[in-house]
Amino acid sequence: MTEVNIVNLIKNFSGMTRPAVDNISINIQNGELIALLGPSGCGKTTILKMITGLLTPDNGDILLDNQSILSVPTEKRNVVMVFQNYLLFPYMNVNENVGFSLKMKGDDPKVINKRVQEMLELVKLPDIGERRPKQLSGGQQQRVALARALIANPRLLLLDEPLSNLDAHLRDEMRELITSIQKKLGVTCMFVTHDQEEAVLLADKIALIFDGKLQNFAEPKEFYEKPINVSAAKFFGGVNFIELNKNTNYFDSSIGKIISNQKNVDELHSKCIATIRPENIKISRENIYQDNFFKGKIKSVIFSGTHTRYKIVINNLNLECSLQSLGIQNINKEDEVFVNLPKDKIWIMND
Amino acid sequence: MNQNLKKINIYSIYLGAFILVLPIIAFFINAFSFRWFYPQLIPKELSMQAWVRLKLIPREGSRTLEGFLDLWATNPTVIKALINSLTIGFVVTIVSIIIALPAARVLGLFNFKFKKLIIFLMVSPTILPPIAFVLGLNINFISLGFSGSFFGVCLVHLVPIMPYVVLTLTGIFANYNPDFEYQARTLGANKFKTFYLITLPAIAPGMVVAALFAFLVSWSQYLLTFLIGAGKIMTLPLLVFSTASSGNPALTAAISIIFIFPAILILFFTSKFVSGESSATSGFGKI
Repeated sequence: MTEVNIVNLIKNFSGMTRPAVDNISINIQNGELIALLGPSGCGKTTILKMITGLLTPDNGDILLDNQSILSVPTEKRNVVMVFQNYLLFPYMNVNENVGFSLKMKGDDPKVINKRVQEMLELVKLPDIGERRPKQLSGGQQQRVALARALIANPRLLLLDEPLSNLDAHLRDEMRELITSIQKKLGVTCMFVTHDQEEAVLLADKIALIFDGKLQNFAEPKEFYEKPINVSAAKFFGGVNFIELNKNTNYFDSSIGKIISNQKNVDELHSKCIATIRPENIKISRENIYQDNFFKGKIKSVIFSGTHTRYKIVINNLNLECSLQSLGIQNINKEDEVFVNLPKDKIWIMND
Repeated sequence: MNQNLKKINIYSIYLGAFILVLPIIAFFINAFSFRWFYPQLIPKELSMQAWVRLKLIPREGSRTLEGFLDLWATNPTVIKALINSLTIGFVVTIVSIIIALPAARVLGLFNFKFKKLIIFLMVSPTILPPIAFVLGLNINFISLGFSGSFFGVCLVHLVPIMPYVVLTLTGIFANYNPDFEYQARTLGANKFKTFYLITLPAIAPGMVVAALFAFLVSWSQYLLTFLIGAGKIMTLPLLVFSTASSGNPALTAAISIIFIFPAILILFFTSKFVSGESSATSGFGKI
């Protein structure tokens, strides 16, 4: 039950030309589940290590409920981390692993036993207390690691790539378990991942980090619909980009005039870039559109189950369009089509 | 064909073991015999004479509990040497592990410039003949007043021991994941508890092997003890050599048995840590 404030955090490593963490500020509300998302080496793990106290920041502050924790030693911060490879202590059985933090606090063994049993039931593994970590499957190990972290009643729970080591069918199950427990206990939680899918599935809000710099901190939906720049859009699977020149109430591009109802047009530079998600592009044999329509040619058709993807070329500009396979029009390779970029779906950003 | 080859392999192992054990059998026969000379195949009479002369077993007629205690109370040379050897061995083992732990951790976990060179320098005492450095050390030890002291002998024993201890522990740390320590810290364990509950169990097998090496290398040290001890520190190897040069085979055999017995005992209790499957010896390839 903690509000977390990361303020202007900076960390330099010798031998690196840029700061590993470059002036990052993030505010996390009580009980929120936040993802730090970015490619490997972007500094997200460094941030976690600074929060746990394994590294000391060069500048900036980390506040839990408005109190700085930088001078507090790791073991007294009550910020618990679950590592990617779970790190269950191999010389202890599951009960001893889960009860570790309570033992460190010096709790009565009876109390510890009771709490351990409760936690194991919470992660739906009530009968494995006597087993050794080696005898558990990957999914079970992660649940035990989660129980071991949560039993300490952490002020902040940190997870390192919580789903990336799991098989596809276990990921859904684990995602549900993590979010349900997190909401039930109301624990503030932060996890790092390089997988945008994992971030979108789990997080209330995502902090996107490239090269140590915070790009955007917003709800997952915004990263799809209103990316902050091209690299952010690409990271979330954006494929369609159109270079624009700003005019008074429309934009010029290599394929013609483009209009948009975007509100923040004043903030855009004279040269900007439009993007649109493949699912938002419309195509038709006849011209049934009012504005933002262009004549193009189908280069390829890829059937991928529920959706069919079309690659379209308009005046040397390549676009990708994805339509629901159900009830699809008869559009084939080499066909001439009208392509519509709906003005409420197109998103224009500065590069 | 393959089966036969396997059989030959197994027999050759038995043969090797037999060749290694044979001299020890001869020791036992010698130690309990009286005037066993060529061409006798077995000794004519068994005798405790060697043990009586070493003042370990009382003369015939007074072999009661009291007799034993009275004899040992006179503090025979063998017992004095045995206690010296044991004490030096234990002290040197503990000190070497304490010194080697931080070094091994750094060598095992991190890569840095000149790491290979540093490892080479650490191992160099095992390549260098002791006589090459001990004479120089002796001059320094005399001027520092360490010569002929228990402290000086312990110090010089560390020279051949450290390479074994550092290398063994480095192998352990090469297989070691320090994230376990960070995990324990975030779960509320302070540095001391983290070392005691997390680090120590993980490196314990390696420490047993390192201790074994340290103790046995110290145990069999002759030249270093002889020169630095300046005759004032009598250990078992010194006693074995002086007895052997006196030319009494029974006496020499008896002392040799006392000399090898503790080594075998220690090896027996720690052998499971030295085998190939244990984690103690599997990290060398990663250094």
